[in-house]
Amino acid sequence: MKHLAAVLGTGQTHHKAKRTDVSMPGLLREAIDRAMLDAQTGWDDIDAVVLGKAPDLFEGVMMPELFLADSLGANGKPLLRVHTAGSVGGSTALVAASLVQAGVHKRVLTVAFEKQSESNAMWGLSILPPFQMPVGAGAGGYFAPHVRSYIRRSGAPDHIGAIVAAKDRRNGALNPYAHLRQPDITVESVQASQMLWDPIRYDETCPSSDGACAMVIGDEAAGDAVPGGAAWIHATAMRTEPTTFAGRDQVNPQAGRDAAAALWRDAGITDPLSEVDTAEIYVPFSWFEPMWLENLGFTDEGQGWKLTEAGETALGGRLPINPSGGVLSSNPIGASGMLRFSEAAKQVMGRAGDYQVDGARVALGHAYGGGSQFFSMWVVGSAKPS
Amino acid sequence: MPDVAVVGFAQAPNVRSTPGTTNGVEMLVPIFAEVFERTGLSKEDIGFWCSGSSDYLAGRAFSFIAAVDAIGAFPPIHESHVEMDAAWALYEAWLKIRMGEVETALVYGFGKSSAGQLRRVLALQMDPYVVAPLWPDSVSVAGIQARLGLEAGLWSEKDLAEVAARSRADAASNPAAQFSGTAEVADLLDAPYFADPLRAHDIAPVTDGAAVLVLASAERAADLVDSPAMITGIEHRVDSPSLGVRDLTRSPSTAAAGRALDLDGVELAELHAPFTHQELILRDALGLGEQVRINPSGGVLTGNPMFSAGLARIGEAASRILDGSARKTLAHATSGPVLQQNLVATLEVLS
Repeated sequence: MKHLAAVLGTGQTHHKAKRTDVSMPGLLREAIDRAMLDAQTGWDDIDAVVLGKAPDLFEGVMMPELFLADSLGANGKPLLRVHTAGSVGGSTALVAASLVQAGVHKRVLTVAFEKQSESNAMWGLSILPPFQMPVGAGAGGYFAPHVRSYIRRSGAPDHIGAIVAAKDRRNGALNPYAHLRQPDITVESVQASQMLWDPIRYDETCPSSDGACAMVIGDEAAGDAVPGGAAWIHATAMRTEPTTFAGRDQVNPQAGRDAAAALWRDAGITDPLSEVDTAEIYVPFSWFEPMWLENLGFTDEGQGWKLTEAGETALGGRLPINPSGGVLSSNPIGASGMLRFSEAAKQVMGRAGDYQVDGARVALGHAYGGGSQFFSMWVVGSAKPS
Repeated sequence: MPDVAVVGFAQAPNVRSTPGTTNGVEMLVPIFAEVFERTGLSKEDIGFWCSGSSDYLAGRAFSFIAAVDAIGAFPPIHESHVEMDAAWALYEAWLKIRMGEVETALVYGFGKSSAGQLRRVLALQMDPYVVAPLWPDSVSVAGIQARLGLEAGLWSEKDLAEVAARSRADAASNPAAQFSGTAEVADLLDAPYFADPLRAHDIAPVTDGAAVLVLASAERAADLVDSPAMITGIEHRVDSPSLGVRDLTRSPSTAAAGRALDLDGVELAELHAPFTHQELILRDALGLGEQVRINPSGGVLTGNPMFSAGLARIGEAASRILDGSARKTLAHATSGPVLQQNLVATLEVLS
């Protein structure tokens, strides 16, 4: 039987293309100090630290958790370092949660970051190992065929991606920490932006950000003590499938569907669309909103775009998606998944400020990585799981 | 909370250089088959998979992704990865069983140290702003640690050579070891310095390798093997990275991990000591007396595959329980410059 675990507080940095004002330790402490304050937790209360980030080559430091031990406050404590590609921020939160759920620790600090300006992410992803298929097209070039395939299969009209981009960037303008804040963006202006990888336009792609996110996760007693209520972890799920394999459906990956099915089952949710109040979903390219709506089981296959087109995924809609602005507004890769998880927690704690979804009691946090092959997700709620 | 046991262990030969790729697949496939054969489990029976490896060792981003190919294409798996020695992947898998989410887990680690220049690659673990640009190579940093102990009178060069001689002799019974053999301490001390005060025999060899270990809840373990190795305790800690603020002749993180465990009655210990003097630091930190047999496998001085060597120490310590030759053993794994991060586990016969 799992012990109950809850998010006690969250913190994040201001996100920018280049945070030249801080070192890596400084960047992490910006997020950590906010999370510790938000959780009203002192260093002596932290039993362990779990750090996540995407490839070491993005900063040019091998296993940076080792040199960061001082600034993480980890000296003398257990320190774990998770790396599961773009899903890592989510996976890191799940490892931190499992330390509490297994009954090993009472309060765990977890943090994820990417300081892409320290090195060159394009270089980091461009080393060609022998005997492996080179893609050589960047992430957008890799995913554009998936998007075209989704449009063909679902019959979605061309403007769906622009609707998502305009919505997420306007949401981002409500978030003081977001990298891109564009209150005046419109569907038309997105459609007028440069085509990068047909059908993905410039305004439909995520930025490249420096940033970090941190959370304090605690046990039942710690959760009970949170003023205004903690974000209780109702269910978690992770699944992986290989990058290339002839039978693989890259538009609607089996690993994502399996993870979602396990998640809803464990959370006791039978109809996600009516039982989930808001979702933070990993959408680095705008078309992934309708694609993941289907993959997560919010709608039947081929129907996700209709929810988006009807405005149901905007603030005030039936299922507000990415009220924080999402990955399209800030993308510090290693932290992006944890931001989704922490924004879901903020919603059910009623701490999301100007982008708070009214009456949010159950929220989804979702992350994916690699070539749409690593998935991690959680459901958090304002009430303890029954 | 379910107790957790080790039910299977296998490792690839510890070699100076494998002809395989940096993603470990060629080394992993045969040893996956080996543990499946021994436990009677198949891919579908594994509840959780977790691996440890390093992108920097492979010289590319996302080296662990291609390793997943060794598991087999479909169906999707419940899986995670630590950018650490796979001993810490085992810790994550242990949590998954403890929290009741799964009954079985398979943990693997792999590393191809020969793909680059290991001593230089490991310099990139240091502070990137003020230390790493000086390229302090890992052997030289360990040399500073050894020198401090010599000058403090904590050990002599002869003490170090005795550790090396014993390790080589013990490795004779380990078919995976990179090398073994008899050596006279006096002859070892005649060898030239490699990084003063360290000689070649004081330094773990550059090694390619992989290891795999299967965990099961105690209930499930009893059905799988005759004598499961119960993990009765597992703890890990990290120390400051700043070499100037810690006493390099001590290992406070190892000592703290050991204090959190019951080490009474430990018969043998597999210590992850890549340098001879580090074995002495670890023995002291754990309070291991003369009665405790150290590194019957030969230890990492006779084969140190990066990112699987720590997991292999747990595998070796568990194997002595699995084969019935010991009742309580200790395993240790390390990571980072000069014993910065340390994990200690105790394994016992399932009662």
